[in-house]
Amino acid sequence: MSATNTQSTPVRTWRRPPLIADARLRWTLYIGAAIYLVIALSSVEINIVRLFEGAARAKILFAGVLSPDFVTRWSDIRVGFLESLTMTVVATAFGILLSIVLGLGAARNLASRPVYVVCRSILAVSRAFHELIIAILFVAMFGFGPFAGVMTLIVSTVGFLGKLLAEEIETIEWNAVEAVTSTGASWLQRVTYAVVPQVLPRFLGLSLYRLDINFRESAVIGIVGAGGIGATLTTAFDRYEFDAVAAILLMIIAMVLLAEYIASNIRKRVL
Amino acid sequence: MLEIQALSKRYGSFAALDDVTLSIGEGELVALIGPSGAGKSTLIRCVNRLVEPTGGNVVLKGTNLTTLSRSALRFERRRIGMIFQDYALVNRLTVMENVLSGRLGYVGFLRSLVRRFPQADVDEAFRLLARVGLEGLHDRRADALSGGQRQRVGIARALLQSPQLLLVDEPTASLDPRTARQIMRLVSELCRERGLAAIINIHDVPLARSFTDRIIGLAAGKIVFNGAPDALNDEVLTTIYGDEDWSQTTQSDAAEEEEVAA
Amino acid sequence: MPIIEENGKPVWRRRDRKAAIYHWIGTLAIGLLVLYCSRLISAQTTWEFVWTAGVQAQDLVTRMMPPKFGYAAELWRPLIDTIHIATLGTILGIMIASPLAFLTARNTTPSRHFVRPIALFVLVTSRSVNSIIWALLLVVILGPGMLAGILAIALRSVGFIGKLLYESIEEIDKRAVEAVTATGASGPQILTYAVIPQIAPTFAGISIYRWDINIREATVLGLVGAGGIGMELQSSIDTLAWSQVSVLFLLILSTVVLSEWVSARARKAVT
Ligand SMILES: Nc1ncnc2c1ncn2[C@@H]1O[C@H](COP(=O)(O)OP(=O)(O)O)[C@@H](O)[C@H]1O
Ligand SMILES: [Mg+2]
Repeated sequence: MSATNTQSTPVRTWRRPPLIADARLRWTLYIGAAIYLVIALSSVEINIVRLFEGAARAKILFAGVLSPDFVTRWSDIRVGFLESLTMTVVATAFGILLSIVLGLGAARNLASRPVYVVCRSILAVSRAFHELIIAILFVAMFGFGPFAGVMTLIVSTVGFLGKLLAEEIETIEWNAVEAVTSTGASWLQRVTYAVVPQVLPRFLGLSLYRLDINFRESAVIGIVGAGGIGATLTTAFDRYEFDAVAAILLMIIAMVLLAEYIASNIRKRVL
Repeated sequence: MLEIQALSKRYGSFAALDDVTLSIGEGELVALIGPSGAGKSTLIRCVNRLVEPTGGNVVLKGTNLTTLSRSALRFERRRIGMIFQDYALVNRLTVMENVLSGRLGYVGFLRSLVRRFPQADVDEAFRLLARVGLEGLHDRRADALSGGQRQRVGIARALLQSPQLLLVDEPTASLDPRTARQIMRLVSELCRERGLAAIINIHDVPLARSFTDRIIGLAAGKIVFNGAPDALNDEVLTTIYGDEDWSQTTQSDAAEEEEVAA
Repeated sequence: MPIIEENGKPVWRRRDRKAAIYHWIGTLAIGLLVLYCSRLISAQTTWEFVWTAGVQAQDLVTRMMPPKFGYAAELWRPLIDTIHIATLGTILGIMIASPLAFLTARNTTPSRHFVRPIALFVLVTSRSVNSIIWALLLVVILGPGMLAGILAIALRSVGFIGKLLYESIEEIDKRAVEAVTATGASGPQILTYAVIPQIAPTFAGISIYRWDINIREATVLGLVGAGGIGMELQSSIDTLAWSQVSVLFLLILSTVVLSEWVSARARKAVT
C-alpha cells in the first residue's frame, strides 16, 4: 500500500523561504549591494609608496605599544589625566541634573504639549552635532581649556540621557501613576512616588554608562583644544612620541575597564 | 451622596458612556456589572476624572466635580478612594510607602519626598495593615507579594485617604476564586464598618449578588438594569450580557459560600 | 527594619539608622566631589572669556552668515566619501566582530579560561579608544585619506557590535539549544539552527544602529586627516572661512538627520 502511495505522490522539495519574498526585489537588492560595494571600494585610493613608508612607522608604533613610556612625560600625563577626570565628574553631574529636567519635559505622558515640544527640540539639537563640532564652537566662544570641554560634555550628556530618560518614562506602567493621582497627589508627588521608582534603576545604569562615555570623550575633544588627556595625547602625536601615546592609551583602556567593573557592581546592588 | 447626571463620554464618534444617570446613597454598596467594553471602567474613572467626561455632571455631597479646576480637583480626589484590578502598586516601593501614598493629598511635597509623614498617618497605616491582614509585611517590596496580598495593600492605600466614597474597578479579576471572595468580603466589611459608599465594577455576578446592596447593569454605555440583587433574573442577565444559559449563575450562592468557608 | 523606637513608641522611617547614615554620607561625598572638581575647572578657566562668550557667539554667527551656498557644489565628492567610510567601516567591523562575539559569549566560547578573556580584552580595547583616536594612529601609519578612516571606523565598531552581540548570544533561549542538541546535532549545526536564528534580528538592529553612529563619526574623522567631509571642515576652519563652515554644518546636520531617519526605518523593518 505504501508503495503505491509513493508512486502517486509527486516528489515534494522543500527550501527555506528567502528573507525577501519578492524575487525581483531580492535580486535588485543583491545586485545593488554588489554594485555599491564595487563603487565604494574603488573610490578608496591606496598609495602603495605611502603604505611602505607607513610600515616603518607602524613598527615604531607597535614598538611603542609594547614598551609604553609612562615616565618621560609623566607630569604631562598626570595633569591631563586628572583634568579629564575632573571634567568627567563635573560634566556628568550637571548633565544628569539638566537631563532630568529635560527628560521629564520631553516625556509625552507627563508634560503638556508646548513643554514637550520645547524639550524635545532642545534634546534633538543637542544630539545633532558630533562632540568635536560642538567643542570647536565652544572653544571659539569660551576660549581654550577645560571649561569649553565641560560645556561640550554637558551638551552631549543631556542629549543622550535626556532622550533615553524621556523614552523610559513613556513606557512606565501607567496604572501606578493613576493610583497615585487618584489619592489627590500633586504633579511633583506623582513624579516622585510613581515615576521615579519605576525609572530609577535604568536611569542610574545609564548615568554610570554616560560617566564612562564622558571620560572617553574627554580624550577626544582635547584634540581641538578643549582640555583633558586629549590635549596631552595630541601633543604626544605631534612630537611622534609613540611610546607616550601608547602609555596614554593604555591608561584610558585601564580606566574604562575599571569604570565598567565598578558600574556592573553598582548595578548588581541596585537592581 | 453621589449624583451622576446625564454623564457621557465620547471617543471621537464612539460613545463609551451615553447619558448615564444614577445616584448612590450614604453607605450604599453598588455593584456595576456588564460585559467587557460596556463602559464600567470609564464610568468610575469619570467620577474622579482620571477620564474627563464629555458631558453631564458628577456631584459628590453637593460639590460638582466636573467643573472643578485642577487644584480643586486634587483636593476633592482625597475624598474618593480607588482600588484597581491590577493593584496599581508602585512595585519598587515598600508596602508601607505604597500605603502611605494614600496620604499624598494631605502632605506637602517636601515631607512626602523624604517620607516624613505625620505620626498619626503612620499609626493609621499600621492599623490598616493589621486590619487587612498584612501585619509585619510593611518592609516587603510590593513586587514580592502575592496577588491577594497586593490587592490588600491597594485597599489599605485607598482607605488611608479617609475617603467618603470608594471606587473599585474589578478588584478580583486577577485573583483565584477563593482569594477573590476573601477580597470582596474584606472590601464590603470595611465599607460597612466605616459607613463608606462604594461603586464596585465586577465581572462575577454571584460575587456581586452576595456582597452588595444594589446592582446596576451597564451595556454599551447605557444603564439597562438598576435594582436589588434579587431582582437580577435570567431575563435581565440576557439584556445585559446577551443570550446564554444562566441557570448556574442565578442559583443561590449559599452552597458556594459554605464550600469556601470550609 | 525601618521601625525605630522613639520615646518608647514605634516610628516608621524610610531607612533604618545605619542605612540613613550611609545614604547621607554617600550623598555628601558625591556633592563635595562635584564641588571640588568644579573649583578645579573654575581655576583653569579664564572667566573674562566666558563672560564675553555671548559676544563671541554673535561674532561667529555674523561671520557664518550668509552661508556661501555655492560652496556646496564642491562638497558632493567628500560627502559621498563620508558615507562610503561609514558603510565600508561598518561592514568590516561586522566581519571582525561576529566571530569575536561567538568566542566571547559564555555559551558559545570554545574555552572560557583562555579564549574568552582574550576576546573580551580585544573588545574592550576597541571600545575604549574612540574612532577619532584610532584615526590619529592610522593616519600616522597609512597617511591621510579614506583608508585610515574606514579602518578607524571598523576598529571602533568591533567593540560596540561585538559587545552587544555577545550579550544577546548569552541571553538566547536555552530550551531551543537543548532541543536541537537533543536531536544529535553537531556544534556548527546547533549554531545555525538554534543560536543564529534567535540573534539574527538583534544582530541586524545593532549593525544598522552602528552604521547610523558611524555616519556621525565619519563626518568629523577628516579633522584628523582620515578623509571625508571633515577634511573640508578642517581646511575651512584653518582659513577662517566661516561662511563655508556654516554650509558644512548644514550639510552635516542634514546627513546625520537623514541617516537617523533611514536607520530608524530600517531597524523597524528588521526587528
Ligand atoms: N482611550 C480610549 N480611546 C478610545 N476608546 C476607548 C478608550 N478607553 C476606552 N475606550 C472604549 O470605551 C469602551 C468602554 O471601555 P471600558 O470602560 O474600559 O469598558 P469595561 O471597563 O466595561 O470593560 C470600550 O469599547 C473601549 O474600547
Ligand atoms: Mg474595565
